[in-house]
Amino acid sequence: MATLTTHARTADPSPEPEATLRRGSRRWTQRNWIGGSFGWVWLLIVMVPIYWIVITSFKTSSNYFSQNPMVPPSEPTLENYRLVIESDFARYFLNTTIVTVGAVIPAVVISFMASYAIVRGTGQRFLRYTNSLFLMGLAIPLQAVIIPVYLIIIRLKMYDTLGAIILPSIAFAIPLSVLVLTNFIRDVPKELFESMRMDGATEWRTLWSLAFPLTRPALMTVTIYQGLLTWNNFLLPLVLTQSPTQRTLPLALWSFQGQYSVNVPAVLASVVLTALPILLMYAIGRRQLLSGLTAGFGK
Amino acid sequence: MTALAPPPVGVRPTTNGGRSNAPVAWMAVPALAMFLAFGVVPLLGVLFLSFTTWDGIGEIQPSGLTSWRSVLSDPGLPHALWVTFLIMALSWLAQTPLSLLIGVFLAGRQRYREFLAILYFIPLLLSSAALAITFKALLDPNFGLGEGLGIELLRQDWLGESKLAMGVVIFVVSWQFIPFHSLIYQGGVRQIPTSMYEAAEIDGAGRLRKFFSITLPQLKYTIITSSTLMVVGSLTFFDLIFVLTAGGPGDATRALALDMYKRGFQANLMGPASVIAVILVLVGLGLALLLRRLGGRGDESQLEGA
Repeated sequence: MATLTTHARTADPSPEPEATLRRGSRRWTQRNWIGGSFGWVWLLIVMVPIYWIVITSFKTSSNYFSQNPMVPPSEPTLENYRLVIESDFARYFLNTTIVTVGAVIPAVVISFMASYAIVRGTGQRFLRYTNSLFLMGLAIPLQAVIIPVYLIIIRLKMYDTLGAIILPSIAFAIPLSVLVLTNFIRDVPKELFESMRMDGATEWRTLWSLAFPLTRPALMTVTIYQGLLTWNNFLLPLVLTQSPTQRTLPLALWSFQGQYSVNVPAVLASVVLTALPILLMYAIGRRQLLSGLTAGFGK
Repeated sequence: MTALAPPPVGVRPTTNGGRSNAPVAWMAVPALAMFLAFGVVPLLGVLFLSFTTWDGIGEIQPSGLTSWRSVLSDPGLPHALWVTFLIMALSWLAQTPLSLLIGVFLAGRQRYREFLAILYFIPLLLSSAALAITFKALLDPNFGLGEGLGIELLRQDWLGESKLAMGVVIFVVSWQFIPFHSLIYQGGVRQIPTSMYEAAEIDGAGRLRKFFSITLPQLKYTIITSSTLMVVGSLTFFDLIFVLTAGGPGDATRALALDMYKRGFQANLMGPASVIAVILVLVGLGLALLLRRLGGRGDESQLEGA
């Protein structure tokens, strides 16, 4: 610690403008090693289990029990993946896709419309109350209302359908989506709205031809984030469906693990398969996801 | 929407700052309707159901305070509250310092840190069910990592002993959510004006001094935001505990949300389960308000002295 402190002290405090500009980045380079070594340790903590999942999913059962768990398989096999795919995972995959797309697209569209109305109709009491209601909704956990949701779904005669998962998913995506989207629509210069209005455009047209293109990055963020939550949701399918044909992936993982608990490599292959699409989405939309996640809470 | 005639142009074109004169409120109606139907109505519904008796299939019978009485006199409730509190406090203690450190680390602009950030974020992408299944296999006393590597320390009955099981829950929660909170802290650190650090450097402040006198106080609101999300979020850990320990061993990790599920959907006692749900909502709201109070008034400047 002492060496660090002296190191910082000897930093050249010269007030030349160029040095000041670069000071920001230099400060962090000097600060490196506590944070730096910690950063690598954390990387290890994150990556070791992930590495283990991936290599183990290619091991044969006997290989798994006889070999050092951290060494890649001597004879890699796709047998585990074959077993998973043959256990009807294609159907669970399709179900999860239907639920995710069917919930997220409508949720984002209606949240976008509501956010536009909330920003454009500032001062209207109805919209003010609506906005407060959504803000309050951020604090309602899905778990706390799952029993009445179950009751409503039964009364709608939708129990054990994919629609049963979709409807509450839409509702619970709204509060956070509206929070993020209103923040972004507020940043659109008022003059632009004004000139659309002067041109005689309806609000509906202004929504789609002005606000939509300008808030596209935020819409991407919200879509990816809600997609992630819906894809991984466990409670709604657990409570609102029962037959294997309506299963989504997280639920399928759970029952697969119950069935094949001794066959660890196969269970891990199922984990890899269910995570793959999300990892792909992450690779494509990483920047939007990361920046948008903080935008919702940071503002 | 062709009925929306454009307002007479030129009457007061700019006095309202571009605010809409045409009705826009209807656009909020679909979202409002969905949220009322599956958010607000269930919230009122759970209060209503807490005064009834229902097995989940048959008729719903009003039964006054029966459910409340049975839950409040059940020693399971203080236990579930205690477990919930323990998970909340321990996961906060584990996550906050680590997220803060990683956030400060990630706020540096070096390229390799950006690359690390990409990898750090992966745990948040996996479903809690997948994580629970993975760690269950990894920690298995007979077939897991400890046995395979021959490390005695890792060869414990992790999920079979109360204290260890609680520790595992806290570890997996931290493993999953620290990246998210680091991201919040990273954003917070980047908003601190460089001029403050420069002034401190001129005054001869060392690195630790700068961290405790500038970084930490400047992050006050970030810490409150992140803590609120952690604390309120910890009330809703369900999937993870359900798959990892199912509340066990015994009921060592039976937190409120799990307690509610077990009473409602496994024991078919929807009335008492609704009582637990109401308690869950009240605890969540109470904590959120408390933390907001702690944060003081939101409009005071964070940049005093900048």
